[in-house]
Formats: sequence, structure tokens, C-alpha cells
Amino acid sequence: MIKNRFLSLMGDTKRQRTTIPILAVLLSLLAGALVFLILGRNPLTAYASFLQGSGLLPKANYGGKQNMLTDFMSFLNAWTPMLLASLAVAVAMRSGLFNIGVSGQMLFSGLIATVTVGYSPLPAVVAKPLVVVVCVITGALIASLIGFLKYKWNISEVVSSIMLNYIVQYGASFCIKGFFLNPTSRQSNPVSAASRLSLKGMEIGGLKMDIPLGIILAILAVFAVKFLFDKMKLGFEFRAIGANPKAAKYAGMNVGRNLVVTMALSGALAGLAGATYFLGYYDSMPPNALTSTGFDAVAVCVLGNSNPIGILLSSFFITAIDKGSTYMMSTVGVRQEIGSLIRGLILLFSACGAYFSYLIERSRQKAQEADSTIGKEERT
Amino acid sequence: MTLLNTIIIDALAFALPLLIMAIGGIYSERSGVTNLAIEGLQGFGAFTGAFVAVLVASRFAPGSQIPMYLAMAFSFLGGMLFATVHSILCVNFKANQVISGVVINILAMALTGFLTSQLNESIFGDASSQFKLGTSVKLSVPGLSQIPVLGAFFTDLYPYELIIIVVALIFWYLLYKTPFGMHLRACGDNPHAVDAAGVAVGRVRFLAVMISGGLSGLGGICFAYSLSSQFSPSIYMGYGYLAIAALIFGNWQILPTLGSCLIFGFARSAGYNLPLAFQMPSAFNDLFMTLPYIVTLLLLIFFSKTNRAPRALGEIYDKSKR
Repeated sequence: MIKNRFLSLMGDTKRQRTTIPILAVLLSLLAGALVFLILGRNPLTAYASFLQGSGLLPKANYGGKQNMLTDFMSFLNAWTPMLLASLAVAVAMRSGLFNIGVSGQMLFSGLIATVTVGYSPLPAVVAKPLVVVVCVITGALIASLIGFLKYKWNISEVVSSIMLNYIVQYGASFCIKGFFLNPTSRQSNPVSAASRLSLKGMEIGGLKMDIPLGIILAILAVFAVKFLFDKMKLGFEFRAIGANPKAAKYAGMNVGRNLVVTMALSGALAGLAGATYFLGYYDSMPPNALTSTGFDAVAVCVLGNSNPIGILLSSFFITAIDKGSTYMMSTVGVRQEIGSLIRGLILLFSACGAYFSYLIERSRQKAQEADSTIGKEERT
Repeated sequence: MTLLNTIIIDALAFALPLLIMAIGGIYSERSGVTNLAIEGLQGFGAFTGAFVAVLVASRFAPGSQIPMYLAMAFSFLGGMLFATVHSILCVNFKANQVISGVVINILAMALTGFLTSQLNESIFGDASSQFKLGTSVKLSVPGLSQIPVLGAFFTDLYPYELIIIVVALIFWYLLYKTPFGMHLRACGDNPHAVDAAGVAVGRVRFLAVMISGGLSGLGGICFAYSLSSQFSPSIYMGYGYLAIAALIFGNWQILPTLGSCLIFGFARSAGYNLPLAFQMPSAFNDLFMTLPYIVTLLLLIFFSKTNRAPRALGEIYDKSKR
């Protein structure tokens, strides 16, 4: 009985696109709750404090010039790069390409923008748009190189993007350590406030908060990608190539050019993510490190079913777990690392999505067979 | 000690763990399962080994080498255990192999980071995010190590280097000279033929991924001993990805992969030691560190004609497909 209700709840193939990720999230939250119980903590308080830490639920008390809104703004600040990076992965995945070089593309565009605009004395009106333009162009360039290598020499995009990740990582580290190292923070020198895409420490209505301007761009990007996927010829070609490159070629599509264009678009989004990360959320770069954002983005994209709206939700959710884990540590007294553990579990379960839908399909078939045999018995 | 000797010694200490991880990758990929999870597997293996070493350390005299050998054995087991997640996802659950690999890396980092701190606190009662390992002894082969220049290949060897050579030989034999190895390689090229011959494709792939995890774990604990004498989240330096580059560059075969690992080892060691010797600023290390990756990318372009991945690599085996 319960099984039948569960099956009808999961719906048909189309509805499963939303129900299966939700199932994955619920399963992983259950698994996380189990961990909290083993550690002897109340999972409900723990989950509530994740939300409180992200400014989605009110905390018990706040420091001076802070309330839920300031927390939420700081959450938005962290969400922006994650959302853009996941969109970058989704665009590439539409054509069947895995862009796991998002981290490298973010770092590359962030570095170029930092050096060209971040360290310049330009006023905010010029500097902010310029950062965006520079990042979009550099990101698109380095990513289209990956597409070009695939098209010209058939080098797997997974391999070339890993290679480029490291080249960028060490190259950037050389530049930072050699020229822009801040001796006290052991990071690159901070960029000018005028060039940052987040307004830091703004006092509004007696509150002190960070205002992320990049989130507007990110939301616009979500709808732009949705428009590209659903309404544009280019988006249709991407999907056709992703589904079957040979058939797409036979239908007269220019597969090679499309590979390069997909990667360029993906890289442009990754560049934007880099701008909001290195010249927004943060204002400097650590030497010799890639952000984990680009790798997490692959999984966030899968959780969101590579659909722009799905990604909007999944990246929101994953960032909330990430951002709230610091506050959770202070209220529940469990190590902060459990936040990334739960995040990892969510991503693990979401990777099993195909298997879930297979299981549902099979048990539905079995149920149907059982029904029909019962019917036959009654007739005889 | 001359500069050349230092370069050779460091290069070997780096290239051999990389090789054993790459051989692990070859096992998985030759069986047809893309393995981007090596990074996470080596980390989890190293975590298991380091935990065992710390756990038993008090039972042995200080400076005893036995915990290290135990650590190596357990890192193999730990890597195998964690690799079952990848094999269940890829073989049984038919998940996308690239995504599964990325997810396993994320999960391994989160899990080992959490467990290291938690176990340190609850078992050893100290708040630390790393396991301190003893230092490994170094061996020199008497006689051979006295030869000028070439002697450096026999000087100051970590014991693990010898173990790796033996293990690598065993797994070379297993892959190329046994029926199991032949089935495994066939699974990557033509799984339907393997199925027709009456061998379960899924089982072979499952085992291959587990072996891959074990070998990666062994490589991980060797890095933990040689690079820092500790296990901490800094083990995720991306050497797992480098091993993947090495095996692709080595055309998915063990001997050429040994060559590419040596190239990476020497490039890294020279990149590290040359700036030191010429008293250049340390930033130049990083510039030299880009070399192996640039070289790989360029060579991949030149060899793109002859470089051939296993034909069924990354494809989920479906009996009903032709």
C-alpha cells in the first residue's frame, strides 16, 4: 500500500525530474540526521541552525548592527559564485561536455581582472562593469581553448581542463607570490573597493551589511540560460549534439563550431563566477589553491538536473548547508566539517538519480504485472 | 650531496607513488570504468593507513618501522573499501562515471576531514586535524649507491619505493599475463564479447575498480610519509588527477605510464630543486611546476593520432545493446 502511494507520488518520467532530486535530498538529510544522533545531538536543532546561519531563520540573538537580513546578504554573497559556476557546468553538459575546469577558469579570469582593473585607480562606475567584461572575455577564451582542443585533436575535455586547472593554479601562484603578495595576509594584495562587485560594510538603516551586486547578474544569467535552452536555435543544437553528435552532424549542424561555442559560453559564465568570487565575495586570492566551487558545481548541476531553475534551487540549498555550518558548530557543538559531509552525501545520493528512476520503473512494472495476473485469475 | 643526486632521489620518491596510483587508474579504465575518483581514493586510503599507524604506534618502540608497514597494508584495504562506492555507483547503479568520480572526491575530502578531527578528539583527546606519522627510514643499497650519478637511483630510498616496485610488478603480471587480466582488458574494449564468452562483465569491472582503489590508497599513504610525515587534508594536492594525466599520456599501458610518471617526477623535482640551488625566489618553483602539465597537453596534441582510449571507456554496460 505504502509502496503504491510512494510510486504514484514519484510520478511519471517527467515529474521524476523534480521528485528524484527531492528524494535524494531527503535521503541525505536523513543520513545526516543519523550522524547527528550518533554524536548525541538533536538533528532538528542542527538543521535549524544551518538555516539560521544562512539568514533564512531568525537567530536567538544578534550582535550590534546585525540581524537576519545581514546574514542573508552574506549568504547571497556566497551563493552568487556557486550559482554561476553551476550554470557554467550546465551549459557545457547540454552539449555532452564535462567542464570540470570551472575552478581554473574562475581563477584565471579573476587573476586577469584583479591585475588589470582591481589594482587600477579607476572609479567604481567604470571599474565594476569593466571587471565583468574582462572576466567574461578571459573565461570564454580559456574555455574555448578546451573546446578547440576537443574539436581539432579530439583531446578529452576532461583531461585538458584538468591540465589547464593546474597550469592556471601554478601560473597564478607564481604571479601572486612574485608580484602581488601581501606579506601580512599571505594572499594577493586586496583589490580596490571600487572594483569589487560586492559593496562591503554598507550601513543601511542602522545595519552593517555586504551587498552583493553580482546576484543580480547571476539571476539574469539563470533566465538567459533558460532562454538559450528552451527558445534558441543554438540551445537546440547543443542538445542535439549532446544527445547524439553523429545524428547532429548528419542533420547538418556544425558540431566542431558548436563545441567551441558551448565551451566559450560555459567559460564566460565561469569567468563571471570568478569575478563574483575573487572580486566580490573575497577581495584577494590565495596562492597555490583552486576553489572547490568549480568541482562542487558539477555535482550541484547534477542535483539540479542541468536545468537552470533546478540549479537555482540546488545551489541555494547547497550554499545554505555550507554557509550555515559555522553557526551550527557554535550552537550544536559539532565540528564544522559535518556541513561538508552532509553536502557530500547529498551529492552522492543525487548521483544515484538514474538508479532511483530505474528502481521506480521496475517496481511499477512489477505492480502492473501483479495486477494483470490477479485480473486473469478472476476471469478463470 | 650534489644537485643532480638530490634531483634523482626526489624524483623517484615522487614518481613511484604516482606510478602505483596510475596503475590503479589503468586497472579501472582498462575495464571500461572512467576513474576520476583516484584523488579521493588515495586520500581515503591514506586516512585509513594513517589512522591505523597512529592507533598502534604506542605499542611499538619509538622509531619502529612496523606501524608504517601496517599503514601501507591498511591504506590498500581502506582504498579498496572506499572504491566500492564508485563501483556500486558505476556498475550496479549505472550512474554517470565522471559525475560519480567527482562526487566521490568531494565525499572523501569531507569524510576524511571530519573523521580525522572527530577521531583525534574522541580517541586521542587532542583537537588536531592531522595524524602525526613517524618518519620513515631511508635505505641505500650498499655498493650500487657508490656509482657516480647513477648511484643516486640506489641512495636514500624510502622502503615504500621497493614495496611499490614489487607491487607494480605483481599487478603488471596480473593485467597482462593472466586470464583475469585478459578479461579485464577485454571488458574495456568489447564487453559484449566478454559476456558472450561467459564472463560476468559487471563482476570484472567491480573488482577492477576495487583494485584501483587499493593501489591508489597505497600511493596516498606513501605521499603522506614522503611529503609531510603526517596525514592532513593537505593530502588532496591533486596528485590523483596527475596520475590520470600520467596514465592517459602513457596510453593506458603500464610501461609507458612508468615513463610518463618519471617525466613528471623529474620535472617536479627539478622544478623544486633548481630554484633552490640557484637561489631564485621561491615563486619560481610554481612556474616550473606548470611544466609537466604544459608538456602533457602539448604531447597529447602531438600523439592524439596514436593515443587510443579503451573503446568502451565510460560506457555503461547494457546487455541488450549491440
